[in-house]
Amino acid sequence: MSEQIHREESFTFDRHVLDYIQQAAEHGLYDIRGLGAKRKLPTFDDLVFLTASASRYPLEGYREKCVSKTVLGTRFAKKPIELETPVTIAGMSFGALSANVKEALGRAATEIGTSTTTGDGGMTPEERQSSKTLVYQCLPSRYGFNPDDLRKANAIELVIGQGAKPGGGGMLLGQKVSERVAGMRTLPAGIDQRSACRHPDWTGPDDLTIKINELREITDWQVPIYVKMGATRVREDVKLAVKAGADVVVIDGMQGGTAATQQCFIEHAGIPTLAALPLAVQALEEMDVFGTVQLIISGGIRSGADVAKALALGADAVAIGQAVLMALGCNSSTYSHDGERIDATDDYHKLGTAPGYCHHCHTGRCPVGITTQAPELETRMTPEWGAKRLKNYLQVLTMELTTLARACGKSNVHHLEREDLVALTIEAAAMAKVPLAGTNWIPGL
Amino acid sequence: MDRVIPLDLTRLTVRELNHFLHHQLPTGDAVRVEILNPNGMHNLAVGLDAPAEIDILGHAGYFIAGMNKRANVTVHGNVGWSVAENIMSGTVRVKGCASECAGASGHGGLLVIEEDASSRCGISLKGGDIVVVGSVGHMSAFMAQAGTLVVCGDAGGSLGDSLYEATIYVGGAIHSLGADAQEEPMTAADVARVSELLTKAGITRDAKSFKRVASKRSLYHWHADAGQEY
Repeated sequence: MSEQIHREESFTFDRHVLDYIQQAAEHGLYDIRGLGAKRKLPTFDDLVFLTASASRYPLEGYREKCVSKTVLGTRFAKKPIELETPVTIAGMSFGALSANVKEALGRAATEIGTSTTTGDGGMTPEERQSSKTLVYQCLPSRYGFNPDDLRKANAIELVIGQGAKPGGGGMLLGQKVSERVAGMRTLPAGIDQRSACRHPDWTGPDDLTIKINELREITDWQVPIYVKMGATRVREDVKLAVKAGADVVVIDGMQGGTAATQQCFIEHAGIPTLAALPLAVQALEEMDVFGTVQLIISGGIRSGADVAKALALGADAVAIGQAVLMALGCNSSTYSHDGERIDATDDYHKLGTAPGYCHHCHTGRCPVGITTQAPELETRMTPEWGAKRLKNYLQVLTMELTTLARACGKSNVHHLEREDLVALTIEAAAMAKVPLAGTNWIPGL
Repeated sequence: MDRVIPLDLTRLTVRELNHFLHHQLPTGDAVRVEILNPNGMHNLAVGLDAPAEIDILGHAGYFIAGMNKRANVTVHGNVGWSVAENIMSGTVRVKGCASECAGASGHGGLLVIEEDASSRCGISLKGGDIVVVGSVGHMSAFMAQAGTLVVCGDAGGSLGDSLYEATIYVGGAIHSLGADAQEEPMTAADVARVSELLTKAGITRDAKSFKRVASKRSLYHWHADAGQEY
């Protein structure tokens, strides 16, 4: 008779937690990694559209026009940004990404008619040249920041924080601080580089007002100024940004990605994108600037359905980052070389991971050549190949968006509205402030 | 003799002033612009990119001469936060005191404060030079990456915290050093460097009496024993 062993895994100390504690005890270091939150969170998947039927009149899915044109920065800028799609590319630095990737982003964005964004470390000539519409970030570190590039920008994004690490600043580990990256950032090559969590020349919202005016004065009030924040106290933060004079507010939910930060930030700071968006809209409505100050939402946007739901909840546009990298091959088992697919599985294994699980952007040893500065790796993603992939992906997002909008009877994607949505879970209904499907119940209202 | 262009801020807006300085400055002749009645206004003479002489006749507010290139700007009074922030080249001189963050993130050029500067003077400095004739407040040269901060008077607490490759010289007392900053011996090259900057700033002072502060470089790589207190 075999001995029966009763195995009961602890909910509080499950294998995942045990591994975390034992790794911490072994090494005395906290985890630093790339990408975004991996924990299960309420998402746009928890919402569905009430597309047209007898009570609503749909537009024909392929032939009837559905406008996706998007204009950002109409509040004060003399030259607002005009885009063909509300899907924009989020700020990601040269340093985090290779120069090839930055060029690919610019090319794809230009082909599809949208904007791309610089990142910590400044503007590379490749991305300026390849990007018709380029948003220049003004970050706390001010690495590579200068008035010449500022005047070349089509918009300025003043970054207060990002969803993956609100309040946490940033880092670029020494493996990725090549001579060129270091030169652009005025730092020694190879050091673990810290990006400050606060701006060096202003502190509170009153200062921010003056700072925004300084940027406007330097650029002669020509280009829009965005203010980007990680999603925490969204309602209050959006109001302060509006009061400070932002043309566009960008809210990055906790599913937003990063090239490197402490895992405790990624998984435990900020609120989900789904919860953040309605709070931002509420703030704009309460200040009577909804539609005057545009809203961009980011953090875990993956599909045209996500984009459509974000617009229905009140966003003017979305920004995508991690999904862009995935379109370029992030977490793919292969990379492209001279038209052939080359297996990269061994390189994932050397990092202690596998395709589909990798978040090792911080190491600079990206097996598919995206988040790297290593010459032997960055050739794995050429600008031509990457631009084609990304253009296809952006095209699909826009097609899915317009298809859903037409099915909701909208001839313009910006006509999507909250009334078009219901929630599948109580949590999503409460966060998104739309009814639970099959009911007229919105928890909390 | 320079041609003098008076611009009176009781008659012009800040926008009109900066527009003139960006687009309507006469070229060719030596030009000096006098900005009258600044009355603490912010963002005066920002984003200049011309070899002009600008005199601001009175006290001014935040971000004066921000991102300056090539111009020589003199403020005949005190200034608020972040004078000459992100300066690229040229000279900015404040005849009085400066509030916080003077010369923040400057990449080049020279900033001279003829009296005291408040906290975080030279924060995030990336290559410019700053000379403060008086004293500076706490956390000055925080995370300064390159360039030089010369303080003829005293320095407040946590001087040079998380310093990278910038160098600090202090003529008076140092209240305390920040994380990873250390006092180092003055070499002949340091004395020459301080003398050069004092001369550029128009100050007579014995360069040999200064102390040198630079980075220990012990925070350049993350490690478990650093205590995370920086």
